[in-house]
Amino acid sequence: MKLKVKHEASEKGLTFQDLIFRLQQFWAKRGCVLQQPYDVEVGAGTMHPETFLRVLGPTPYRVAYVQPSRRPADGRYGENPNRLYKHTQMQVILKPSPSNIQDMYLESLAAIGIGLAEHDLRFEEDNWESPTLGAWGIGWQILFDGQEITQFTYFQQCGGQDLDPISVELTYGLERIAAVLQDVESAYELRWSQDTTYGQVRLAEEQQFSVYSFDLADAATTRKLFQLYEKEAQRVLSGYQESSPESKLRYPILPTYELCLKCSHLFNQLDARGVISTTERATLIGRVRALACRTAADYLDQQALVQPQGRPENPVPSAARRGVRS
Amino acid sequence: MIAKACGELKASLEKYLATENLLREGNVETFAAPRRLVAVATGLLLRQADATREVTGPPKSVAYDNVGKPTRAAESFASKQGVSLNDLYTISGPRGEYLAFKQVTPGRTAHAILAEVLPRVIQEITWPRSMHWTGSSGPRFIRPIRWIVALLAGKPVRFQFAGLTAANVTSGHRFLGSDKIRVTGWRDYEKRLRANFVIVRPDERRKKVQRELTTLVSRRGLRVHDDPALLELVTYLNEYPTAILGNFDDEYLDLPDEILITVMRGHQKYFAVEKKNGELAPHFLAVINLDRDRKSLVVAGHERVLKARFADARFFWQADQKCRLADRLPKLAHVTYESHLGSYKEKVERMRATARFFADHWFNSGLHQAHVSDADRAAELSKGDLVTEMVREFTELQGIVGGLYARAQGESEDVAWAVYDHYRPVGLDDPIPRNLTGCAVALADKLDAICGCFAAGLIPTGSSDPFALRRAALGIVKIILERKLPVSLSSAVDTAGRNLLAYPPKITLMPDIEAKILEFILERARYLLRERSGFAYDEVNAVFKAGADDLVDAVRRLEALKAIRRTKNFEPLAISFKRIRKIIEKANGTGSQRPKVNPELFEEGAERELYKSARDAASKIDVEKRAGRYREALEAIASLRKSVDRFFDEVMVMAENPAVRSNRLSLLGELLREFSTIADFSELAPEEKR
Repeated sequence: MKLKVKHEASEKGLTFQDLIFRLQQFWAKRGCVLQQPYDVEVGAGTMHPETFLRVLGPTPYRVAYVQPSRRPADGRYGENPNRLYKHTQMQVILKPSPSNIQDMYLESLAAIGIGLAEHDLRFEEDNWESPTLGAWGIGWQILFDGQEITQFTYFQQCGGQDLDPISVELTYGLERIAAVLQDVESAYELRWSQDTTYGQVRLAEEQQFSVYSFDLADAATTRKLFQLYEKEAQRVLSGYQESSPESKLRYPILPTYELCLKCSHLFNQLDARGVISTTERATLIGRVRALACRTAADYLDQQALVQPQGRPENPVPSAARRGVRS
Repeated sequence: MIAKACGELKASLEKYLATENLLREGNVETFAAPRRLVAVATGLLLRQADATREVTGPPKSVAYDNVGKPTRAAESFASKQGVSLNDLYTISGPRGEYLAFKQVTPGRTAHAILAEVLPRVIQEITWPRSMHWTGSSGPRFIRPIRWIVALLAGKPVRFQFAGLTAANVTSGHRFLGSDKIRVTGWRDYEKRLRANFVIVRPDERRKKVQRELTTLVSRRGLRVHDDPALLELVTYLNEYPTAILGNFDDEYLDLPDEILITVMRGHQKYFAVEKKNGELAPHFLAVINLDRDRKSLVVAGHERVLKARFADARFFWQADQKCRLADRLPKLAHVTYESHLGSYKEKVERMRATARFFADHWFNSGLHQAHVSDADRAAELSKGDLVTEMVREFTELQGIVGGLYARAQGESEDVAWAVYDHYRPVGLDDPIPRNLTGCAVALADKLDAICGCFAAGLIPTGSSDPFALRRAALGIVKIILERKLPVSLSSAVDTAGRNLLAYPPKITLMPDIEAKILEFILERARYLLRERSGFAYDEVNAVFKAGADDLVDAVRRLEALKAIRRTKNFEPLAISFKRIRKIIEKANGTGSQRPKVNPELFEEGAERELYKSARDAASKIDVEKRAGRYREALEAIASLRKSVDRFFDEVMVMAENPAVRSNRLSLLGELLREFSTIADFSELAPEEKR
């Protein structure tokens, strides 16, 4: 074992689940709400409403959660050591972004047993953009001995809305980090727990979803589903503006966002199936973005009704206010 | 980007220092490293010079009474200006004598000025993409600013910016250095940072990288795969760059070099390593941001990452071999090229027809390496790689991957290279396809893009050129000129247009659009000839006015014109041609409908002489032109100078007699027409305007 890890199981590095515990503990101590993964298919932790919607508007918030993220085109039938149909992200949102955020991030790496002076760790310019979400940000990809392990983004816009305050998003690629810590070459060899491997837990899923999205998914059906979800989202969205102020308060914006996520996933599915051209791609992305932007605008409108005068609905966790460093 | 920011930082600081009269003989230098931009001004004044101004008061006659005592007017002037009566003196001007005093404005200190100026200097740097971090009312910068160091003559310059106070404390290397380093000045800053593992000067970092890269491989008898752009990148990506050498398994050398290099360079920013014979060696060079790889953990990590990347590339390669390029055509039917122009399958059909046209025409023009069947096959396979895993992953390898697969699948060398090269040239400095088949496919591809988009109304405007049609047009010009290909642009455009009608989407290219396309391509040709080949703009215009359908021929004429232009007869003749054009235009019309010249109507010897020498010259010129000897042809035209000069000296074109006048205009019209087939001399600017 090459890494110095301050953990009982240090011989072989943190298990996958211990890695998650450590990071959750670390960020919980820094005032984050520990949320759960979203139960709809998403391509990235950013799409979880705890990021997409929470970064909108003025209310401070800190949240961390694990998000299994599906990228149908990245599936490799379980044959590639680190390309996965579904990989696991640890997502952290700090709103507003603290000024020592880079140091906090580095502390989190130390907390999982990474010796910083012994590795080539760098912040390389990488501006993140999600055309389907109408979102972009400025930031870095964090490379650890040449491996990208985290995406670090100062959100500037989300759902087409300019953000103020600016949130920072940290997205840890958990399989990659675990592989580095455990010094294994394939995600499937990772120890998920002391006696179970990642492969035992997930291989069948990777194989079957790869076969489905590359070879079996029916393009016409997938297109049809996209249209159905899109239509339903549009139908619900179109009712918001005409609603009375009282019914606006509980108008189902959150469910329409879910419909938008469905469309996004179906688009990824079509893309993996290789049936959409560059231009159709642009059109479909535009259609998902239209839903996302509409949802974001209505969400903001609704929030202003729910909490007028910018009174925080969620008080900042006290630890976050104090900017605690461990 | 960082180099540009450094330039702006320097320019803006120099501007402010000059405006404030603080920069006498010094200058500003700028440096950048990943976490800092540095500006160093030397020769600064610590305080502006005092400014003296003479303030004029009331006239002496009002200011003093008849015994020379100051009046109330003088007193009130003095008190208003805050000076005593003793400071006043008189000056005499054109309207008499007046009271005055010298007002001295003390110069401000450089400290005070810099505290005002520096925040502005920071704000004025422009970035391709900038961000907020302190909320939407805060400043924008490329990344959040976390600390500011400002020192003048050892003392901190205090100012506030983005919630920070400028001070004398900087931060070293993130892991190897201290994050609180007190500095007293530039030399101290540079020295202390070096001790804390930050090399401030990019030049020094670049040299360190180059030295270490070379040392690591030369002792193994290897060399670095040259990559200046990558060198620049790693110079600015590291505060303390150190090169390390890693290895990869020999088995990956089975993959083509292009793919290995793209994987190493694009994703990992590694330099490839070559043997002396140019073959790739199973090593790579990474540049890391550390002083050394203490426990060899770093190299092991990089090796692991590269191995996974190569495994990925191999997966793509093997997955792609399951379906031959030729069998991928049906898949292209599902890939839209452009919504008005159908799928890539349809585009390929059009390209095949146009590529066959070129190959056929070239073969018949004596270029016997041009084969219709090869051009057809290469065009057929050219876009197949768009539906491969490899190109999906490495889009920058489109074409190249197709070429590699074509070879691996047993296509001929000629066809494989043609597929490989057909996107070329992608820029002014990119080479053109290496064989004729590749040229035919590349021309067919680019013409289809331009003609299709123009026909669909997708014409580039201003800075908007989403289909990169300007680049395509430039590519057409470059291919024709560098390979000296016999191509008639109008029939090429016509062919591509006919193929748009013959194959889906079956749209018609209207004649006015065809004319626009030709002009679009010619405009790129003018640009290339001016900016790259160094021809003067008026020479290019003159030659193109005489026709540039055959670009190779146009360049021959251009070379001849450029050569002869410096000779003594030429410039005056060009001026005469301009005069002729004006006369004819003024006399209404180009002379095309004029009757033929009738020698019977000549009155003056000079017109008869011009007529005769023009006749003689014309037959000589005709012979020279046919032989492609444009220089000689132009010399023959230049020899007309004497006759033309004499004509204008002695002959009045606008004679009273309408028949004589008309005949003279006919003579000039013929002259102009006849001798403008190589270049239209009236387009040439007189010497002094060039």
